[in-house]
Formats: sequence, C-alpha cells, structure tokens
Amino acid sequence: MLRFIFGKLAYLVPTFIGITIVAFGFVRVLPGDPVLLMAGERGIAPERHAQLMAQFGFDRPLWQQYLDYLWRLAHGDFGTSLITKKAVLTEFLTLFPATVELGLCAIILATLIGIPAGVLAAVKRGSWFDQISMGTALVGYSMPIFWWGLLLIILFSGILQWTPVSGRISLLYFFPPVTGFMLIDSLLSGQKGAFASAVSHLALPTIVLATIPLAVIARQTRSAMLEVLGEDYVRTARAKGLPVRRVVGLHALRNAMIPVITTIGLQIGVLIAGAILTETIFSWPGIGKWMIDSIFRRDYPAVQGGLLLIAILVMVVNLIVDLLYGLINPRIRHN
Amino acid sequence: MSNATLPAPISSGAMRRRALADFWFYFSENRGAVIGLWVFAALVLVAIFAPVLAPHDPAQQFRDALLTPPAWEAGGRSEFLLGTDAIGRDILSRLIYGSQFSLFVGLVVVSIALVAGIALGLIAGFFGGWVDTVIMRVMDVILSFPSLVLALVLVAILGPGLTNAMIAIAVILQPHFARLTRAAVLAEKNREYVIAARLAGASRLRLMFKTILPNCLAPLIVQATLSFSNAILDAAALGFLGMGAQPPTPEWGTMLAEAREFILRAWWVVTFPGLAILITVLAINLIGDGLRDALDPKLKRS
Repeated sequence: MLRFIFGKLAYLVPTFIGITIVAFGFVRVLPGDPVLLMAGERGIAPERHAQLMAQFGFDRPLWQQYLDYLWRLAHGDFGTSLITKKAVLTEFLTLFPATVELGLCAIILATLIGIPAGVLAAVKRGSWFDQISMGTALVGYSMPIFWWGLLLIILFSGILQWTPVSGRISLLYFFPPVTGFMLIDSLLSGQKGAFASAVSHLALPTIVLATIPLAVIARQTRSAMLEVLGEDYVRTARAKGLPVRRVVGLHALRNAMIPVITTIGLQIGVLIAGAILTETIFSWPGIGKWMIDSIFRRDYPAVQGGLLLIAILVMVVNLIVDLLYGLINPRIRHN
Repeated sequence: MSNATLPAPISSGAMRRRALADFWFYFSENRGAVIGLWVFAALVLVAIFAPVLAPHDPAQQFRDALLTPPAWEAGGRSEFLLGTDAIGRDILSRLIYGSQFSLFVGLVVVSIALVAGIALGLIAGFFGGWVDTVIMRVMDVILSFPSLVLALVLVAILGPGLTNAMIAIAVILQPHFARLTRAAVLAEKNREYVIAARLAGASRLRLMFKTILPNCLAPLIVQATLSFSNAILDAAALGFLGMGAQPPTPEWGTMLAEAREFILRAWWVVTFPGLAILITVLAINLIGDGLRDALDPKLKRS
C-alpha cells in the first residue's frame, strides 16, 4: 500500500511543477512588467521603476525568478493582493470555508439523490421511472447553471418570497466565526432563527451547484449498476434464491460503487467551476466570487495565487480519491 | 474496442454502405437521439437563414417599447413575439442571430481541439519515449485546472472577447482528444493489420493517418459531440461573466448578463436566452448519447 501511495505521489511531481510554471508564467505573459501592473494607472517614474524592479528581483534571469517563486511558495508566501494589500493565502483561507460549505452541501445533496435514483433506474430498466429520471438527468447535465440560478431566484425569491436573493445569513444576526461554516456557527451562536436564516440562504445555491454533479452521478450509477447486474456473481446470488434487496444492495451495489466513488471525487473540478458561477449569481462570499472579482479588478497576484491554490486543491482531492480507489479496489493497487 | 462500426480500411463501397446502414439502424433506435438531430438541424437552418427569419434587426432599439412583455402577456405587442429588452431590442430577433454565435463557437472550438488533440495524441502514442512523456504531462497540467477557471485566466491574459474565449475553451478541451487518441493508438499499434501494413512498407505518416486513425474514430466522434455542447456552455458562461462576447453582440450568455438586473421585473429577458442555450446543448447531448450507443459495440450488446 505504501508503495502505491508513493507511486501516486511521484506521478504528481511533474504535474505540480507544471502547475507552478503556469501560475508563474501567467503574470509574465501579461502586457507590461509586474511593477507597471502594480503602479496601475497612476504611472511610475523611471528611476523608481528601476529601483522596484531590482528590489523585487524582476531584473534577474527568468529561471532565478522562478526558483525564487518556488522558494516563497515553500514558505507559504503566495503573493500579496494589489487591492487589499493582504497576503493572498490569508484572503483565500478566509473565504475558503464559505465555498467548502456550499460545495459539501451540493455534493451531499447530489449523492443522496443521485445514487438511489441511478440504482432504481437500473433495476427498473426501461420503466417510466428509468425514462423520466434519465431524461431529467440529461436536462440537468445540459443545464447552463447560471441561468438555472436566475430562474430559481425569480421563482423562490421573487414570486414565492421564500428565500433571500444573496449572502450567507441575514444581517440581523451577527456572531464571530468559529468554524467558518455558517450552518454550524449559527447553531453554536444560540441565536434564535439564525440557523433557519443560514439554511434559507444556502438552499438555492446548493441546488444550483448540485445540479450537474447530481446528473452525472445518477447517470454513472445507472450504467455501473447495469454492468454489474449482468455479471455472473449477481446471477449466482439470484440463482441461490437470495432476496432481490440483498442481491442489489449487497452484491451489486458494492461493486458498482467503485466507479461511482471515482466520479464523485472527480466532481471537484466541476464544483469549483460551478462555484464561480453560483457564487457570482448569489453574491456568495467564497473563493469563486473572489477569483472573478480579482480578475475584473486586475488584481493579478490574487489571480495567480488563487489559480495555484485551486489547482493544488484539485490535485490533492484527486489524489485522495485515487488512494481511496486503491483502498476499496485491490485490483488497482496491485497492478 | 473502437473499430466495429466505422467504415475504416474497407475498400469496397458496398461494405462501407453496409456499415453506415448498421450505424443508422442503431442510432435511429434511440428516439431521443433522433429528436436531438432534428432540433439541431432546425437550429442550423435558423442560424443560416437568420436574416430572413428575424422580424427585426437585432441591434435596432425601439424607444417606444422598452421591456415590452411577450405578445401573449398583458401589455405585449404582436410585433415583439418574445418581448423586448431594457433598451427596446426585439428578443426573438436577438435569439435568432444568437444561434449563429453558438453554433460558430461550437464548430470552431471543436475543430481546433480535434485537430490539435489528434495530432498530439498520434505523435505521443506513435513515437512514445520522452516525446510521449512531455506531451502527456502537459495535458495533465491543463486538465488539473478546473476548466472554467483556466478559461477565465486565459481570457484575462488575452483580453475579453469571443475569439479569445474560443481559443481558451479549445485549449481546455483539447487534452481530452489527445488522451483518447493516444490510448487508441497504443491499443491498435501492435495489432496484426498495423504490423502487416508496416511490413508492406507503409510510411509512418500513412500508418498514423490511414491505417490507425480511422480505427480510433468512434470514441473521438463521441468526445467531439460532448465537446461541442461543452464549448457552447462554456462560451455562454464566459459571456455571462463578462469575459466572452461583449455587448451589444446578441450572444446568448451575454444577453443573460445584460438581463440580470431586470430578473425580478421582466422574467422574459432572462428566461428565453437561457432556454435557447439549454435546448441547443440538450439536443447535442441527445445526439451524443445516441452516437455513443451506436458506435460503442460493448454497450450495443447489452
């Protein structure tokens, strides 16, 4: 198992280097040099410009600057925002819990609905349930979620007035963040109605962000189940007279889950891409909205740091999924 | 795994027709796929005949008809079937012209991604060694960023606009083709018919393009269909975020971005552009599902 883990880690090294090169190169290929970018529209005197270039090391060879960049990364320095003058890592970590809370709720919702729907569709293949659920899944899979979010706002916030339009909690409530997760913090605060407010703020963004993963998980579960249900060991289990529930629930589902778990893990990229759109629509103060705001404000160090941190996040999640996969499927581990 | 239905190195026309008939038989069994194909064909016609079909100029502003509701609603006017937007432009006409952009984006992006991906995948799979390693590691790096994040950053570098958005999306989608092609080449490279062709003295280029490539086409076609719908969705998302096509272009995502502030006052400015995106993407995905069923012999049996 240890060899398997190290093998996976070694495989990631070139990818990680590639990611840092992309993040490092991003600022270099922009028109103008970094000091001019920092100076912004105010402009800068030539002497001061040269002085700053030397101070930040921008006059040195590119490879040296890259090594410096790696050195700073290794010490947790992901750059400083041009706008807020705060460390990019600090900003990222402050906003990160909001995105994690939204993403976790979305993936839990997607899994809780997607897997049972997929299993049922496979077991009752060709039935009306199969056709309707898979038709719905295809619509969900094709959904422009930024539009879907706007529609939900029109219906639930506009016409029915059930949910608020934006933010994480009503301004009536204020309490210091403990975990960063609004659902937990609002419960801890003990304020009446705070939790309900947090839930009502979270509901629509969660549905929007869950839409595509839900469709993918349902489709994947169905096809994995169909494949497994045709296997010999399932037929054997049936032939020896086991009840359907046991055959489907134990023999088939456990084996069908292997590709489904991978699929769920791979949704991390979809979730982050979706978070950018979802957080923009609902003014959700997470890293997705922060990224798009930074791009519009031309806050390039923030974009650079965010890009790198997001890529590392995706890489780590994929690694964990890979390892889990090896854990539950010995065939992979020993290959 | 991928060589069953496509008429590949078959010289006889009869066999080719037979394979096509086979393919059409399986494809037309899938009702959704056929519906998708009809809808898509209709969209292509709408895009081509946009100047004839559109009742108004998509940029013309009717100052007396700002935010007019659709014709069937109270206050609607029959000359603006789907209503007008905040500066009095006819939404139906803008949607009709918008179809040109979406189909164009899909076509261009998929063409670029397909050509680049196939070339890189063929080279990587065929030559192996360090060439393979370098190419595939670069693909890994591209794939390790969430697609929309990388697209946004690329557009931030290149500058907002439809052309740059298309380039960015093509860069993101291209590794999938490279991976598929490489995997298929590796699977086919040592098969008897390839060895036979090599012994017969076929050149490397001939081996790559005429012997091996046709037998790897099935998964590539399915991937191309998926990429087509992804490209339309991503371009619309970039347009919505203000980084794709710029106003006053009647691109569907851009129209949604302009409509955002009116969502609680005028549902129609938001509803119809999104519906157009959904229908287009859904039709293409239906076709993709049908193609996969018809081209993948493993699923066909079940």
